[in-house]
Amino acid sequence: METRDIVICIALAVVTTNLIRVLPVVLIRGHIRHRFIRSFLYYVPYVTLSVMTFPSIVETTVSPLSGLVAFAAGVVAAWRGLGLFPVAALCCVIVYVMDFLLTLL
Amino acid sequence: MHPFMQRNDIFEGLRDGTPIALGYFAVAFSLGIIAGGAGLTAVAGFVSSFFTRASAGEYGVYTLMAASAPYTEIVVMCLVTNLRYMLMGAALSQKIAPDTSRLHRLLMACCITDEVFGISIAHRGYTPPAYTYSAALISTVFWASGCAAGIVAGGMLPVSVVSALSVALYGMFLAIVMPPSRRDGNVLLAVTASFLTSGLCAVAPLVREWSAGTRTIVLTIVLSTLVAWLRPIDVDADGDA
Repeated sequence: METRDIVICIALAVVTTNLIRVLPVVLIRGHIRHRFIRSFLYYVPYVTLSVMTFPSIVETTVSPLSGLVAFAAGVVAAWRGLGLFPVAALCCVIVYVMDFLLTLL
Repeated sequence: MHPFMQRNDIFEGLRDGTPIALGYFAVAFSLGIIAGGAGLTAVAGFVSSFFTRASAGEYGVYTLMAASAPYTEIVVMCLVTNLRYMLMGAALSQKIAPDTSRLHRLLMACCITDEVFGISIAHRGYTPPAYTYSAALISTVFWASGCAAGIVAGGMLPVSVVSALSVALYGMFLAIVMPPSRRDGNVLLAVTASFLTSGLCAVAPLVREWSAGTRTIVLTIVLSTLVAWLRPIDVDADGDA
């Protein structure tokens, strides 16, 4: 990408993201009542984050296996209530150790 | 002194924002590695992260940029990945004192990230703007610095370290989606269906050609619509559900 394209992409991301944050505060006076819209908005973050995580986590690591194990461990650790930072750190350590061990084989 | 300039609120915001800031630095570092891959310089990454402040959104945008996607896809990606901020903005609007000026309402809304929103909503009574501003400021500075550091160091670190650090972001995403899945069976359904279809789309013929960004946009809209239709939430319940 050329510098000009990069600047435009960043500007679009900044404007769009902040408009989304600001719009409801300006437009919505009361609560959103429409059941489908509320439900849709409720599920969107979970679906987005899940889709972004898998299978990308398996595709970014040196060995797909270490990504898969980090994914499984991350799911279990997060399920058990470990916070953002501990889960992220756990996944990193697992990938580092497993990638190292797998190169020894 | 006007209520939004209380020194106490600034102190509390900085105190509660510090642990968030440390976590942000680490995660933004891994985001920076991806941003570097998309061709961003450290300065561009700092500015972009400082003003966007959206982990999933930025990640989506940088992967699209790496694939030289058209501008429309960048905008759609931002809309889809950050739709939750709309809900949060709606919820936050209920926590701002009625006599607060429009400018402060706008600025407070701009501060929204998952975590800053979380502590702002948890604040007792009306949330003072200074509290949200100071928490957002310290976490944003670390977020942007982490991204810049990732861009600079990403190219110098050995592949094994970059590979390990690049999963930090995914770990954070898991930490966001799993606890609600445990509490709410419908969320668990949405999350499980997402993992399965996303994995399937990465290997199935035809859709395999989609970039990760396109996959995210299409699956988010399709799956959220399906689950919202099959398992609508209880709208009578007050609060942010």
